[in-house]
Amino acid sequence: MKLSTIADHAILIAGALFMLVPVYLALTTASHDAVHIQREGLSFGFGDDLVKNFDAALFAEGGFTGAITGTTMLMNSFILGVGFAVGKIVLSMIAAYAIVYFRLRFATFAFWAIFTTILLPLEVRIVPSYEVIQGIGLTNTYTGLIVPLLASATGTFFFRQFFLSVPDELVEAARIDGAGPVKFFIDILVPLSRTMIAAIFIIMFVYGWNQYLWPTLITTEEGLFTLVRGIRQIIQAMAEGSQIPEYGRMMALAIIAMLPPVAIVILFQSWFVKGLVESEK
Amino acid sequence: MKRSQFSHKSLPILLLVPQLIIIGVFFYWPAWRALHSSFYLEDPFGFGSQFVGMANYTRLFTSAEYMKVARFTLFFTALVTFLALAISLLLAVKADKVIRGAKTYRTLLMWVYAVAPPVAGLVGVMLFDQNIGIITEFFAFLGYDYRLGVSYADTALAMIVVSVWIQIPVNFIFFLSGLQSIPRHVREAAMIDNPSGFRRFWEVTFPLLAPTTFFLVVINITYSLFDTFGVIDTLVKNNPASNPMTLVYKVFVDGFRGNDIGGSSAQSVVLMVLVLALTIFQFRLLERRIHYA
Repeated sequence: MKLSTIADHAILIAGALFMLVPVYLALTTASHDAVHIQREGLSFGFGDDLVKNFDAALFAEGGFTGAITGTTMLMNSFILGVGFAVGKIVLSMIAAYAIVYFRLRFATFAFWAIFTTILLPLEVRIVPSYEVIQGIGLTNTYTGLIVPLLASATGTFFFRQFFLSVPDELVEAARIDGAGPVKFFIDILVPLSRTMIAAIFIIMFVYGWNQYLWPTLITTEEGLFTLVRGIRQIIQAMAEGSQIPEYGRMMALAIIAMLPPVAIVILFQSWFVKGLVESEK
Repeated sequence: MKRSQFSHKSLPILLLVPQLIIIGVFFYWPAWRALHSSFYLEDPFGFGSQFVGMANYTRLFTSAEYMKVARFTLFFTALVTFLALAISLLLAVKADKVIRGAKTYRTLLMWVYAVAPPVAGLVGVMLFDQNIGIITEFFAFLGYDYRLGVSYADTALAMIVVSVWIQIPVNFIFFLSGLQSIPRHVREAAMIDNPSGFRRFWEVTFPLLAPTTFFLVVINITYSLFDTFGVIDTLVKNNPASNPMTLVYKVFVDGFRGNDIGGSSAQSVVLMVLVLALTIFQFRLLERRIHYA
C-alpha cells in the first residue's frame, strides 16, 4: 500500500472514531452503577449493570408524578415520528399535485404562501405559536404535538420537484385512456413516487422523533412525554439533585432515544441519501 | 408547471385546502401575532397591553446583554459552520478516494445524523462533566480546571464541539454526493494535467464543488442559528444565567422564563428579518457568481 493511501485511511479512521467514541462512552456509562461512575469517572471498559440500567430506563416509573416509564415515552416518540411523517407526506403530496397538475388561477399565490413557510423555522415564532395552540386548547394532546409541526412546506417542495421530473406524456396517456385526475393520482403518480415517499418518510420520521423544543412546551403532562423531551427532565433533575445522579440510567435512556432513528438511517442509507440530496438541492 | 394539465375547478382547491389551513393557523397567524405584539408592552399577569411603538426594538438594540448574545451567536455560527464544513470536506475527499472500505466509512460517518441535538447534548454533558467527564480529566491533565456550565468559555467550547459533531454527517453526505457526481473524464483530464493532488483539488475539484459548498454554507448557518437549540438547552443545564446562548435561545428564555412577551416578539421579528435577508442574499447575490457544471 502506498503511503498516501495509509494517510487517507488514518484520516478516515480518526473521523470515524470522532463520531463513534462519544456514543461508545455513553454505552459503557450505561453499564456501570452511579457510585462507580461518580468515583472513577467515565471509563472505556464495561461494567455489570448494563441490563439493570436499561431495565430501569425502560420500565421504572419516574418523573415528577412517578407515572412515566421509558416504554411510554418510546411509544409517544413513535406516535410523533410516524404521525408527523405520514401527515407530512399526505398533506404535501396532494398540495404538490394540485400545484403541478392543475391550471389554477391563484396557483402563484398558493405557491408563495406555501413556500414562504420553508424560510422561517418554528423556533423563530415559538412564543406566539404556543399562545395560539393554547388558545385553541390543544396543549397536552397529540394533535397539538404533531399538527403545528406540519406547518412547513419542505415536503411540498420535495414532491413538487419530483412531479416536475415525471414525463408529461403520462398525463396525456392517462387522459386518452379516459382516466380522471383522481385515478391518475392514485393509479399512476403514487406508485411512481414510491421510492421518493420512502425517502421522505425516513427523513421526516427522524425529524419528528428528534423534536425537542415544541414537545417541551406543548406537553406538560408526563404521560405525553417523548424520549427526547424526557431528556430535559433528566437535565433538570441533574441540576437540582443533591444525591448522586443516576448516570447509567440516563445514558441508557439516551441510547434508547437514539436507537430507532439511527437504525432506520443505517438500514435505509441509500434511500435516505437519495431523499436528502435530491430534495434539499 | 406542466404543459398538459387537468382542468377541474374544485378538486385542486380541495387538495390545497388542508395545507393552507394548517400553515394559516400555525404559521401565518403566529407570525402575524409576533409582529403585532412586538409593538406592544404586555402586562406579565395578562391584564391587557399597551401600544409602545418601536420601544421594544429600541430596548433590544440598546441592551448590552442582547448585543452580547448577538456577538456570541455570530461567533458561534461562524465557527460551527466553518469547522463542520472543513472537517466533512476533508473526510468526504478521503472517502471518495479510497477504494477499500468506502461503504463502511460512509456508514460510520453518517449515522450520527439521526442523533437528536438534545440527546447529543446530554452525551456532551457527560463527557464535559466536572466530576466524571473524560474531557474534563484531559484538561485537568493539561493543568486546566474545566468547568461546564460555570465558565462562559468552557460552556461555549462544549456547545461548539457537540454542534459540529452532529452536523458533520449532513455535510459529509452532500460533499460525497457532489464529488461522486463529477464526471470521470473530468477527473482523468485533471489527473493528466496536474499530477499534484493538492493543487488538483483546489484548482479543479473545489470549484466544481462550489454550488454544493454554497448550498451547505446556507444550510449550516441556518442549522447553527436554529437547530442547535437542543444542544444549548442541555449544556447550560437549565441554568442559562452567565452561560453563553444564541439569539434563538434568548427568544425562548425571555418569552417563557422572563414573561417578556413584547421583547421576545421583537426578537422573533428580528430573527425573521435575518432569515429573510439570508435567503435573499442566497438567491440574488451569491448564486449568480457560481458556475454550475
